[in-house]
Amino acid sequence: MTALFDTLADYLRYPFVQHALIVGVLISLCSSILGVTLVLKRFSFIGDGLSHVAFGAMAIAAVAGVTNEMLIVLPVTIICAILLLCTGQNARLKGDASIAMLSVSALAIGYLLMNLFPNSGSVSGDVCTTLFGATSILTLTKTDVWLCVTLSIIVILVFVLLYNKIFAITFDESFAKTTGTRVGIYNLILAAIIAVIIVLAMNLVGSLLISALVIFPALSAMRVCRNFKSVTICSACLSVCCSSLGILISILASTPVGSTIVAVDIAAFAVFSLVGRCRSGR
Amino acid sequence: MAQLICQNLTLGYDAKIVLSGLNFSVNKGDFLCIIGENGSGKTTLMKTLLGLIQPLDGTITLGDDLRANEIGYLPQQTFVQRDFPASVEEIVLSGCQGRCGLRPFYAKEEKQRAAHNMARMDITDLKKRCYRELSGGQQQRVLLARALCATQKLLLLDEPVSGLDPKVTLELYHLIEHINRHEGISIIMISHDIAAAVKYASHILYVGKTLFFGTKADYLQSDIAARFAPTEGGEPV
Ligand SMILES: Nc1ncnc2c1ncn2[C@@H]1O[C@H](COP(=O)(O)OP(=O)(O)OP(=O)(O)O)[C@@H](O)[C@H]1O
Ligand SMILES: [Mg+2]
Repeated sequence: MTALFDTLADYLRYPFVQHALIVGVLISLCSSILGVTLVLKRFSFIGDGLSHVAFGAMAIAAVAGVTNEMLIVLPVTIICAILLLCTGQNARLKGDASIAMLSVSALAIGYLLMNLFPNSGSVSGDVCTTLFGATSILTLTKTDVWLCVTLSIIVILVFVLLYNKIFAITFDESFAKTTGTRVGIYNLILAAIIAVIIVLAMNLVGSLLISALVIFPALSAMRVCRNFKSVTICSACLSVCCSSLGILISILASTPVGSTIVAVDIAAFAVFSLVGRCRSGR
Repeated sequence: MAQLICQNLTLGYDAKIVLSGLNFSVNKGDFLCIIGENGSGKTTLMKTLLGLIQPLDGTITLGDDLRANEIGYLPQQTFVQRDFPASVEEIVLSGCQGRCGLRPFYAKEEKQRAAHNMARMDITDLKKRCYRELSGGQQQRVLLARALCATQKLLLLDEPVSGLDPKVTLELYHLIEHINRHEGISIIMISHDIAAAVKYASHILYVGKTLFFGTKADYLQSDIAARFAPTEGGEPV
């Protein structure tokens, strides 16, 4: 046991491990607080959809030879998020259908482009990396870390400042509208920060596993907590713990980072479900 | 000046007209009951008054210092997801959202307002409870408290007593009457309970193939009242 801790302490001295932990904690914090709203708005799959869009955009960036792919990926993803979230209730296509449509189209086009122009960029090298996050979180550069820290702080700030409004529009959008809340604008802001988080989270767990990061902490928290505030706080704490644990385990056991984090999240969900069951059975 | 004046109002969805040629007004302290058959357009009228859907024609004028975001409202059905985690307190407080404007957090004054309205609705001891675990009558009170947080002038109620037992129904009517009489809040209430409408309302608006708007006394004289008379177990009351 002590040997394990020694190895861990050894690893923690490396900057790449520290970076991975910082980024991992921030991203899971952001995605979990927004996850509560997304789950309640029946948009659990938006993470998947948007990450596929981001993947398609990455392919385009690679083909076009843009070096800093974030310049293309972020705006495209934000626009898609806004289109998805803001069409709202009276859209012709219901939420799940439009997300599914968008995500498969982006995936297909992205993969097609990478095959048509095989030598154009680094992305085509390993599709798996983009899809499962692979180990890219352990190779973060300083700029990546700073970008992630700044964006996360912005997201958290926006969330805290808009917390009461987000509750109002999630609980009852019509009522919020009649009391003069500018529902449209807040939905827009929400969509934008969700897109930012998704793009960031792609580095951590890859585009196939993002939904797990968004929904698991929220769902687990909803098993035991009974009001919005405690669910939000609980899901944030839970997500941070699970991600840190997942990253550490993956370093020690040299497993893929993304899937390890998700595995820990699943375990936490099982525990919370059990606790919730016991509580309500009482 | 009246608080709310509707002139020649036509309502509907997209191209489908539900009601047309509607004229009525609400003065401060009025208690207007809207009655009519299922599907006659009562809820549509309420949504139009609230600005949730646009009128197809005609005008709605707000007067007497009433602003659009100062109308409280109790929806006919609140579709709350089964798993929505929200405490009574959080929901009631969200009624104060309109007062906050761009301010991110609730001030002390708003918290007091929410507490006051919870006390008024007799739900203070439920305040930490989860909304979805309450009974229908308790949920209705929570939403009424939320509506009261949003207004001091005009309250719109869409079938507030549907699904409530006779005792709770009576309590709720007394509460609404109290709010109307003693606090001067005007009420617009949709109801299928004609007996109650006639008992509590000062004005009646009947919507259907024919339209009627007038005071209760006028209504009782009209032939619509005869055709649409309240019944209790089939017997006229
Ligand atoms: N979202 C909608 N889109 C199109 N038509 C609608 C919509 N909602 C209601 N309608 C139609 O408008 C008409 C009026 O509906 P409304 O809900 O206003 O009736 P109501 O008087 O409130 O009935 P009830 O007493 O059953 O509550 C109905 O014919 C209904 O089919
Ligand atoms: Mg109705």
